[in-house]
Amino acid sequence: MTAGGVPEDIQPEPDFDVVVVGAGVAGCVTAYKLAQQGHSVVLIERGEAAGSKNLSGGVLYSRGMQEIFPNFLDEAPIERRITRNYINFLNADSSVGVDYKDARLADPVNAVTVLRAKLDSWLAEKCEEAGVFVMPGVRVDRVLTTEGPLGKRVVGVKSGDDELRAHVVVAADGVNSFLAQEVGLRPKQPLHHLATGVKAVVNLPRETIEARFNLTGDEGAAYAIVGDCTQGVGGGGFLYTNQTSISIGVVLRLDDLVAKKKSATDIFDHFLSHRFIAPYLEGGEITEYGCHLVAEGGLDMVGEITMDGMVVIGEAAGLTLNTGLTVRGMDLAVASGVAAAAGIDAALREKDTSKVGLGGYRDKLFASFAGQDMKTYGKAPGFLEVERLYKDYGELLANVLYGAFNLDTRPRRHLAAIALRAFRQSPVKIRHLISDAYAGVRAL
Amino acid sequence: MKIPSIPERLARDRFELDEDENHIEVNQQVVKSSGCGRAIVQCCPAHVYAEEPDGTISVEYAACLECGTCLAVAAPGALKWHYPRGGFGISFREG
Repeated sequence: MTAGGVPEDIQPEPDFDVVVVGAGVAGCVTAYKLAQQGHSVVLIERGEAAGSKNLSGGVLYSRGMQEIFPNFLDEAPIERRITRNYINFLNADSSVGVDYKDARLADPVNAVTVLRAKLDSWLAEKCEEAGVFVMPGVRVDRVLTTEGPLGKRVVGVKSGDDELRAHVVVAADGVNSFLAQEVGLRPKQPLHHLATGVKAVVNLPRETIEARFNLTGDEGAAYAIVGDCTQGVGGGGFLYTNQTSISIGVVLRLDDLVAKKKSATDIFDHFLSHRFIAPYLEGGEITEYGCHLVAEGGLDMVGEITMDGMVVIGEAAGLTLNTGLTVRGMDLAVASGVAAAAGIDAALREKDTSKVGLGGYRDKLFASFAGQDMKTYGKAPGFLEVERLYKDYGELLANVLYGAFNLDTRPRRHLAAIALRAFRQSPVKIRHLISDAYAGVRAL
Repeated sequence: MKIPSIPERLARDRFELDEDENHIEVNQQVVKSSGCGRAIVQCCPAHVYAEEPDGTISVEYAACLECGTCLAVAAPGALKWHYPRGGFGISFREG
């Protein structure tokens, strides 16, 4: 039989069925599922331990993970179960929010906060228990390829002088995926598809967090903030509660950050010291500071994800989704890991690990909720580039409410008149509101 | 909460410094001709890059948090940036 045109019998016997590069959520899920199905799998991680290079905002929509690990919520190192979502338009001197708390979000649990150093090392332990050979502290420098009549085929990976050969290489090496770039699956992305996330973990006593955020027990809150937190730069702020810390950060769209000639750290510091944000952090201490490049291109960024002998999964495949209200990556990583494992398992059974043989991955991914959601929200990135979202709408909302609440001894006017007046003073025009609302409804 | 400076924040992170290998190289000529120096300096959340009085961009690779933002905003060829060797660099305890 042939794979990618190269007769497999002339290639050296592979060391493993599958090499997975990167022990993040996607890589661990793929490795775990494949080992469960009886394949020999090595999971290579460049950090000194799984998770030590990994950083996320912190909310994991956890249903997919619970399907793989039925005891996930009790066993895994999760922080809090999100029952409160706060959507906040933050201006310099005012703030308007929607506070959504719902007992149904706790039963069944839908979303949890996580800290990746802890979560990923737990996932790697599960992989080891399932029979995966976990290899931390090793940086993969490049992929090994052979040239066949039908083009390039990936046959393994190389680290320093060491080579590891496998039937299939899984590139789970994150948003910068040097592996996918090397083989030409990922061109350099335009700046409006990328954002930089800057985050701090702030330690606070458990009781303080629960009192400050109106939580009991292991309930958690997730704040999605837009406006002055990024000083008008496209993107937003987030604040998530952990057990004894808060994850707080900003995500800044790189095209806008560069165009406005602003400094990422100045914006983050401005957010931390904002008059309506600082009180949440009072008495705390930054215990860790980190950052992460974020893919925000949506479906446009998911290009080719299979080739002869290789698949690309998780963030390396551009699988992240910002819908304005929910920011997702880890749940898509889980879904792509499940789809990739199924596709690879079928390819190994059929002894055809060419692009065609591995095609089951792509089919399963786009048949899953993850692939469907990437399509559903295909217009979201474009909509979220609307400049007015990051400044004007928040101020307009606050001005309407100010007109209603500021009883300054002048006779009151109807709310409609107040709103109309606020509108006239705002750079937002009725036609903007209508077109943005229409685009928003269609995109989100 | 008193907001610590970036160096103070980085001092609380755990790094395993690779004394032998610098994983970032700047091509000063490309930076100069493309004018991307300012974007590299301003976008890096760890202040790894600084503009020197002579206009060149200096690098403090030991502070790198390995996000890849610099590479994204740099002109093609301006930076040679790869991950540190296995086991070296930032090691998140929280993430």
